[in-house]
Amino acid sequence: MAVETKHKCNVGLTGNSAVAYAMKQINPDVVAAYPITPSTTVMEEFSSYVADGAVDTELVTVESEHSAMSACIGAAAAGARVMTATSSQGLALMWEMLYIAAGMRLPIVMACVNRALSAPLNIHCDHSDSMGARDSGWIQLYSETVQEAYDNIIQAVRIAEHEDVLLPVMVCLDGFITSHSIENLCLIDNDKVKGFVGEYKPNQPSLLDVEHPATYGAVALPDSYIEARRQQSEAMKLAKDVITDVGKAFEKVSGRSYGLMEKYRMDDAEVAMVILSSAAGTSKVAVDEMRKRGAKAGLIKPRVFRPFPYLEIGEALKNIKAVAVLDRADSYSSFGGPLFTEIRSGLYEFDKRPKIIGRVFGLGGRDYGVHDALAVFEELLRIKDTGKVDKLFDYITVRE
Amino acid sequence: MATLKELTGKKELFSGGHRLCSGCGIPPIVRLILRSTDCPVVVTTATGCLEVGTSIYPYTSWRTPWIHSAFENAAATISGVETAYRALKKRNKLPVNKDIKFVAFGGDGGTYDIGLQALSGALERGHSFLYVCYDNGAYMNTGIQRSSSTPFGANTTTSPAGDVIQGKQEFRKDLTKIVIAHNVPYAAQASPHHWKDLNNKAQKALSTNGPTFLNVISPCPLGWYTKPEESIESAKLAVDTCFWPLYEVENGILKVNYKPKEKKPVIEWIKIQGRFKHILKPENKWMIEKFQDRVDNEWERLLSLDGKQV
Repeated sequence: MAVETKHKCNVGLTGNSAVAYAMKQINPDVVAAYPITPSTTVMEEFSSYVADGAVDTELVTVESEHSAMSACIGAAAAGARVMTATSSQGLALMWEMLYIAAGMRLPIVMACVNRALSAPLNIHCDHSDSMGARDSGWIQLYSETVQEAYDNIIQAVRIAEHEDVLLPVMVCLDGFITSHSIENLCLIDNDKVKGFVGEYKPNQPSLLDVEHPATYGAVALPDSYIEARRQQSEAMKLAKDVITDVGKAFEKVSGRSYGLMEKYRMDDAEVAMVILSSAAGTSKVAVDEMRKRGAKAGLIKPRVFRPFPYLEIGEALKNIKAVAVLDRADSYSSFGGPLFTEIRSGLYEFDKRPKIIGRVFGLGGRDYGVHDALAVFEELLRIKDTGKVDKLFDYITVRE
Repeated sequence: MATLKELTGKKELFSGGHRLCSGCGIPPIVRLILRSTDCPVVVTTATGCLEVGTSIYPYTSWRTPWIHSAFENAAATISGVETAYRALKKRNKLPVNKDIKFVAFGGDGGTYDIGLQALSGALERGHSFLYVCYDNGAYMNTGIQRSSSTPFGANTTTSPAGDVIQGKQEFRKDLTKIVIAHNVPYAAQASPHHWKDLNNKAQKALSTNGPTFLNVISPCPLGWYTKPEESIESAKLAVDTCFWPLYEVENGILKVNYKPKEKKPVIEWIKIQGRFKHILKPENKWMIEKFQDRVDNEWERLLSLDGKQV
């Protein structure tokens, strides 16, 4: 079902409808995709936009996610603005091509509707899919709400195509929790979106520039490979400021500001939680409740996981007494989830740093409620008072 | 059809200085195909001999736009390129506004095996492109491992002729038949020794709207254990023994393009290749008979379809 509305604000859409609507407004040259739960309705709705002539995008309904990303790569190298969407096993099947998209410096934008990986098979939300792809060279933005998913998709185009960056961007939103829940959001006028993303002009000869034949995807032996990777690493480093600048520019057209992270009641906080995406919303309710109880609780919700803003997050956490990092994915290091280990590592830059614990929660869509967040805050208060960490790494929301 | 003089006068899009082996069948196939259209050509290549032999940074053999992304996805990659062409043409955003042709090259490993799904998908979707399989009958780039195109009996590093098992025990997959089952407007088998036939087929394919396919036998001195100077002769023998029939299916009608006046026994092709050395032993005579039976049956089947709707 395609969405059409004249109202700018208080529009009720699911996360996937909002992503599809943003894609409609962007009207990319090429979309190549394959259905997978829970991202499927993004492509269904976008297909309706194509069928109804609401966009003039060329849609390629490929036979696998591997081919989806391969076709995206071919189209992007041919100078097209390219988008796609996937989840879970689909992202896993794309794995090989994710690295190639980034290595070829192709500014593809993909919605990743987060879902657990098999086995056992599970269609519900966790971050094991995108967290597994964290080292693939893609920029990763995580969205708490339908509004953020919509806004991030639009910003992702401009971030990816920035001449200092030229990297693919993955916009993550929580499967079912965000993708299939209707929330009110504000949409931006078509003209403003069009103006914001601008015309895409590749800064190098594309495959269709037959007067200037270019070779894409060459072999690089030990005499040149590391230089290519070094440039990629540098682009990721530069992406941090670009993401901040694009966030500021976005505020001018939308009235909503975006940075590297959201800080919630952190000014005088003594204990804090760090958590991504929709669970941050639940946790903010717990922060408010803790404040009512007289505890100085706060929360940080990183928006950008790649590049990882370790100094900014470290700066925000260094004066906190006790911090819990909640991961909706395990890295099976037996030491902690990916967010935990990176934040803990980032804090090493600071002489003064908090006690810190890592907790894995909500895998495979297991409910994470306010009471779960409150229990974490209670534990942080005990750590603050005693200065002792009993368990550095543990699972919560689990039957033991 | 172009004359040899016309063909040699055409711009060389595939430069010399590449690192493919002496006697490799791939370069003459690629050069001839790229000469078979006057339109600009955008090429993709699956991971394999052709790719690693032509694109070692900072050099490239490709004087035409070229992309390699991975092994199993040449057909998917060219789908994306061709789709971008249609999208940008529609929006008047192309740097040069003229017809462009799209060609994907893959070896038998990248086409019969790991790339079969992507190929099937691209054929079904109807992109306008030519897929060329250069079929040398094994994973030659990684050191001669058996593929589903490896002929029965051949010794490869993963189907070695041992004391108990004498090389590959299975017959090869008939990829051309699989492609034909997709009802594409044009599909053919060709050989570099018959340059006129190959050129004619490439011209037909590249002037056809929709997905087209060429399966071209590509002699490999390394994997076939043949002399580099005998490559073209070995391709000719593959055709004269009817191991590799030259035929095409154009809009559903099958045509056998070459019927040898005297069909040579398959042993004539086998005996010049070191990969079949073990089956020449008297105790393995049954293998040659089995091979010959298969070739005969396939050839008879093909002749029975000549001129017919398939």
